Amino acid sequence: MSVRDDIAARIPGGDAGLIVLILASAYLLYILAGIGLGYDLRGQLNSIATLTFYIGIFAMLSLALNLHWGYTGLFNIGIVGFMAVGVYVMALVSKPVFVAGGAAQVGGLGLPLWVGIIAGMLAAAILGLVVALPALRLRADYLAIVTIAMSEIVRFSFLSGNLQEFNLFGTKVGFGGGSGLILDFVPPLEALFRSVGLWGVYLGFVEAFQAIVPRNPKPVVDGLIYGALLLGFVAVYFWLLKRTGESPFGRVLKAIREDEDVANALGKNTDGFKIKSFMLGCALMGLAGILWLMPQGAVTPNFFRPRVTFFVWIALIIGGAGSNTGSVLGGAVFAAVLYQGPRYFQNLVGTVFPNLDSPSGFGQAISPLISQFDPVPLLLYTVDSIRQLQLVVMGLVLIWLMHNRPEGLLGHRKETASVISLDRPKSMTAADGGTDGEVRTDGGVTEDDSTAAVEGGASDE
Amino acid sequence: MGIAETYSRGREFAIERPFALVLGVIAAVLLGDLLLGLATGQTQFADIGTLVWDGLMRGLVIGLAGIGLSMTYSILNFANFAHGDYITAGAFSGWATTYLIAGLGRADIGALLLVGAGGSVYGGTIGIGMLSTPLAVVAGIVVAGAFAIALSLGVDRFIFKPVRNEDGITLLITSIGVAFALRYLMQFVFGSDVRGTTAQPPSIGLYLIDGTVFIDAHDITLLVIASGLMIGVHLLLQRTKLGKAMRAMADNQDLALITGIPTERVVRSTWIIGGGLTGIAGYMFILWKGTLGFNDGWLLLLLIFAAVILGGIGSIYGAITGGLVIGLTASMAVLWIPSAFARAAAFVVMIVILLVKPSGLFSGRSTA
Repeated sequence: MSVRDDIAARIPGGDAGLIVLILASAYLLYILAGIGLGYDLRGQLNSIATLTFYIGIFAMLSLALNLHWGYTGLFNIGIVGFMAVGVYVMALVSKPVFVAGGAAQVGGLGLPLWVGIIAGMLAAAILGLVVALPALRLRADYLAIVTIAMSEIVRFSFLSGNLQEFNLFGTKVGFGGGSGLILDFVPPLEALFRSVGLWGVYLGFVEAFQAIVPRNPKPVVDGLIYGALLLGFVAVYFWLLKRTGESPFGRVLKAIREDEDVANALGKNTDGFKIKSFMLGCALMGLAGILWLMPQGAVTPNFFRPRVTFFVWIALIIGGAGSNTGSVLGGAVFAAVLYQGPRYFQNLVGTVFPNLDSPSGFGQAISPLISQFDPVPLLLYTVDSIRQLQLVVMGLVLIWLMHNRPEGLLGHRKETASVISLDRPKSMTAADGGTDGEVRTDGGVTEDDSTAAVEGGASDE
Repeated sequence: MGIAETYSRGREFAIERPFALVLGVIAAVLLGDLLLGLATGQTQFADIGTLVWDGLMRGLVIGLAGIGLSMTYSILNFANFAHGDYITAGAFSGWATTYLIAGLGRADIGALLLVGAGGSVYGGTIGIGMLSTPLAVVAGIVVAGAFAIALSLGVDRFIFKPVRNEDGITLLITSIGVAFALRYLMQFVFGSDVRGTTAQPPSIGLYLIDGTVFIDAHDITLLVIASGLMIGVHLLLQRTKLGKAMRAMADNQDLALITGIPTERVVRSTWIIGGGLTGIAGYMFILWKGTLGFNDGWLLLLLIFAAVILGGIGSIYGAITGGLVIGLTASMAVLWIPSAFARAAAFVVMIVILLVKPSGLFSGRSTA
């Protein structure tokens, strides 16, 4: 906590300054890595576009999760299920109608993309309602188990052959089963610019970009513009959740997080509030899933493994649950360091030492170490399987955070409803927006802020 | 009078417990459908017998692994998401032992220790089985249990203990971190391929009205070991002081501490019993189904959670009963729905129980 206060105090602009600083250093690091990898300008721009893409996606997802966990105290570990439903319903609605002999095995309803996106968000929200109805009245850990079970049910359902193709409104549609689904609708950027009549202008811009990237600049420009679009969505999410959090509705949510019984006793229908908050968050997760997979061209059910949920949780916990700024920050740090970082490291090693023959299995990697004290094969194998080890590192980071910094970088700020400042000298040590009595809701007296509690006790909502 | 009373009681029931009524109707429809299928010859008795037997075996594995989860859930107050990976870890350690003993001299030691990673050795080629290599299997069971005990004690000491006084959610998130670290570490070492581990075991066919139900040697092994361990745990918890201390701790930790129960030692015993059963369950699961992959424990974990919640957290009888119900549901659901949704059916049973009886079937009976 003191570290965070020190950092925040030293950076001009407070939280916003911190975000700018972290983003700037992430981009600088990637540009440096790009130089190290010998990227030309095109490669650099692509690398920046990819980084922006993942920063945007994880910031959106952790903002949505912050509404569930940080504001309402709903322990949702089925995020990926809502994303999957959003994407698949969007595909079902927006894919072009099936024609025999086409590339796609199944078709869709052929409706415009925006209809599909809205339908996907609605479907995710409805799934949220279905999950929430039985589970919300129960303990937080039951909600956890029900949501993760739901996300696996969703994945197995999309994997199954029964939903591979079926008839809807007389056309052949489906979810493609295990082989996946081709998203053969109009590319999202083209659809967007055409709908506002700026497609020609955009193509002109791409032409002009040839001055910077001579050959085929369109993919580069597409990537950069899409990344920027995602950052725009992050801003919208941020604004929406900030407004939600500060509204009377949001104050009830925070009250539920701190003590549901008290909120209930004050005459609030806490179940209703929880369900609405849950559905809103699920719709936002669905949209984030759609934005993630829309430009990828295809989707398979096994993309939606529980590990994606785990990614979002780490992002939120790094940033700090309960803080929207923290969620964005956590998303950015996670995307830049934990998600993309190891892959860059792998590429970097591959560039510095080309023609490395890494062993194909752990056995071949470890036997030279045992027989000849030769650690090189093991190191090579380690670099080669960095995508698995990345998850090990993430698990360890999560454990470390829970041990040492459960409140994250910017977690658990108290937003006051009062006109006059009720700031206490130090913020409370309450961990992570926990749902039950463990969090000191009454400005509980602890050793280091017992004096502050006297004046600050009223600041909790 | 009798009719009127029955009628009014029935009406009251319908108003008070609408869910139970709907469930009853659904159950009746499903049963009717099954009987109709049997009567018209669409469904065979032997098929049902096979499914029931399959469900029973699956249920024994789930129940055995569920005991450990249920105990830590009630005594340490958190849902341990790393439990599934304890199962996998136990299975890998045990199978490495089995491979080593069964295949020594016939294949490279490294390949044997890595349970044939990358297709270097196949369990079928070495001829692993309860009857063909009994010593290797028994040694594997012992090592699986011991390794899972060591793992759960180590993880508890270094990872859970420092945050044990936080709320359940902090521990839960920590356990998710442990789960991912363990799972992908195992993938790093053992590879991501699903390998076949056993040779086809000999089986006997039991004639059932219109067909045969096959029961193989590994089914019998699982049945004997699982029921033996379950009875053992029952005796341990009922007849020893440790069992009493555990029940006291599950009930009220502070009170247990005041009464002079060495809570830390009880926690350790909980991990030892739970970890051992979990590791053995993992080994038996692989022996029974004949394939081993790094994701097996995780996929089983959700069914185990369903079983534990169904039975009522903290009750080992609940965990066993819940395991059997969930196992039977997952196996028998294919009678009515496509097989891809069989797993989903087990979760639906769990959600239904959460709606109708949130505290589980054996509620109010903490550990034992």
